[in-house]
Amino acid sequence: MSEPATLDPIEPAGPGSVDERLAKVGALARLLRRPELGALLGALAVLVFFSVTTEQFGTISGAARWTDVASTLGIMAVAVALLMIGGEFDLSAGVMTGTTGLLMGILATEVGMNLWIAILLTFAFAAVIGVINGVLVIRTGLPSFIITLGTFFILQGVNLGGTKAITGTVRVSGLLSADGYDSAQRVFASSFWEPNNFRISVIWWIAITALATWVLSRTRVGNWIFGVGGDRVAARNVGVPVARVKIGLFMTTAMAAALVGIMIALRLGGQQASQGIGEEFNYIIAAVAGGCLLTGGYGSAVGAAMGALISGMTFIGIQFSGWNTDWRFLFLGVILLLAVLVNTWVRNRAEASRR
Amino acid sequence: MTRRLLKVALGLVLVLGTAALVACGGGGGNDGGGDSDSVEQTQSKDLTIAMVTHGDGGSFWAVAKKGAEDGAKAEGVELKYSESNNDPEKQAQLIEAAVTEKVDGLAVSAPNPDAIKGAVQKAVKAGIPVVTLNSGAEESADLGAFTHVGQTETIAGRGAGEKLDAAGAKKILCVIHEQGNVGLNQRCEGVKDGFGGSVENLQVAGTNDISTTLTEIQSKLESDKSIDGVLALNPDIAIAARDAVQGASSNAKVATFDLSGDVVKSIQDGSILFAVDQQQYLQGYLPIVFLTLNNTNANTVGGGQPVLTGPGFVEKSNAATVQKLAEAGTR
Repeated sequence: MSEPATLDPIEPAGPGSVDERLAKVGALARLLRRPELGALLGALAVLVFFSVTTEQFGTISGAARWTDVASTLGIMAVAVALLMIGGEFDLSAGVMTGTTGLLMGILATEVGMNLWIAILLTFAFAAVIGVINGVLVIRTGLPSFIITLGTFFILQGVNLGGTKAITGTVRVSGLLSADGYDSAQRVFASSFWEPNNFRISVIWWIAITALATWVLSRTRVGNWIFGVGGDRVAARNVGVPVARVKIGLFMTTAMAAALVGIMIALRLGGQQASQGIGEEFNYIIAAVAGGCLLTGGYGSAVGAAMGALISGMTFIGIQFSGWNTDWRFLFLGVILLLAVLVNTWVRNRAEASRR
Repeated sequence: MTRRLLKVALGLVLVLGTAALVACGGGGGNDGGGDSDSVEQTQSKDLTIAMVTHGDGGSFWAVAKKGAEDGAKAEGVELKYSESNNDPEKQAQLIEAAVTEKVDGLAVSAPNPDAIKGAVQKAVKAGIPVVTLNSGAEESADLGAFTHVGQTETIAGRGAGEKLDAAGAKKILCVIHEQGNVGLNQRCEGVKDGFGGSVENLQVAGTNDISTTLTEIQSKLESDKSIDGVLALNPDIAIAARDAVQGASSNAKVATFDLSGDVVKSIQDGSILFAVDQQQYLQGYLPIVFLTLNNTNANTVGGGQPVLTGPGFVEKSNAATVQKLAEAGTR
């Protein structure tokens, strides 16, 4: 991730000529250059397609179903997008949703803690794992792909081994009767707007996307994130605290995973040891479909949220269509590829028009 | 660059379109229209039944799905079959999608009943009749289903344990291939009940990674020579176990839960001792029939008890009959 970013060559501004950074850019060109545009168009296309071909998809209760699928994926995709803009990956993000849900469940049911205390401890635990991931990546200089693959396997082992050792089965259950379940369930796992039953996780998803967008576009930290992902050395030379930013990003990802893990565990009344394994790639795919570059330094939170939306709409759309689900992954793969292609195409057009 | 991208995109759209056609054509083919081979009088029922399982598209679930498709064809109803690949959250979401669609009947497998309870209750509240299948016999009534179609895991496990005991095994390995499925652990518990000697559970990678699974079983057999029996809980795993036993040049006897064409062949040539057959074709077929009858005639099959589809045993004596059927994809 440390290779120099593909910045435009800086041309010396002749006397009288306007610096290209200050040149006026038309509203359309500005829009086309947004990283999330492709995903937005892709999402619109999927929405129109399934709304026309199925009866339920375009209804409000239909929307409640696909936003449900998109929401937990979206929360993770946004966090992973921030991390990817910062130039790193976290392969442990998927299994982390399992670890945290299991931890909360065990603290509440086996140890007998109040659920809220269990939730606080779970977030603290996630933050620590995030710090470990971050420090290992910074100190060793190894690719985060390798470091977090290690964390992934470690957590997968802990999830199964620990759960079996403590509960004697492969899942934690009995959360429904835990102390504080009702209030925690209301905050993290309830639904609203009867009879459509939108999930509360949708609100979390929108709020987190808005927060991440604000951080990226309006704050100094946001500039730092783009900086460390673009060119780490240059970022350090201009005084960006590279290590702190990256560790912070790993913590954000791990804590987002904790939030999602808690949501899933509270929704299902328990958690199984295999929760979240393999999901990490869905997060990365959603982020990339939403305009993040694998090389870092470029991307958007709204785009990642749109990427998740495409994924959720496709999942439920296929179900409503009654297509043979043997082919589900083919559709999912093709639609995701299309979104990425549209994205690249739009970006190429926009970049070309700049010169 | 741009033009090339556009070409790729167009190609993909083409693939998608073709695949959609193929999938719709192959997906039970009960949209009426051009299906001239469907029986006339069964097409009049305007019912849609959703079946949402935790299946993984492996050879076991392919047979259950075939059963559901055949059942839907015979009853003249539309089937919407979907699988969650062992993800309980996804399964809950798929069930809620079916409720939103206002299907006329819902069949669900319940390996993790707590997880889908909320979603199934929504179906019950919406007046949709529910049948559980495969896993979840004990919790079926609690979920609001009028019956369960499947076999009881512990009873089937005990049967397998007794049979291995009778075959003279002293120490057996019970191979667990899914992390989250409580039913598999119940089977191994049942085996412990029925078996005289000692039983050790071994967690393996699973059906998505057969080669790793094979290596895991083989190294276990090489490291513990006293193991003289391996019980797989899935036909694909059974083939891996058979090869692992040969690879480790061990004399362990291999037995398995559930059938596939390969397993039946192996039973005939003696490399697998027996298979516990839960006849999952019935687990796909019968819920469709029961739910249709519930809609058309207000029948509730089962009297609040599970309808058992197993255990049956496939051994050398009856393997030839079963072989033909397994290759046709219905056993």
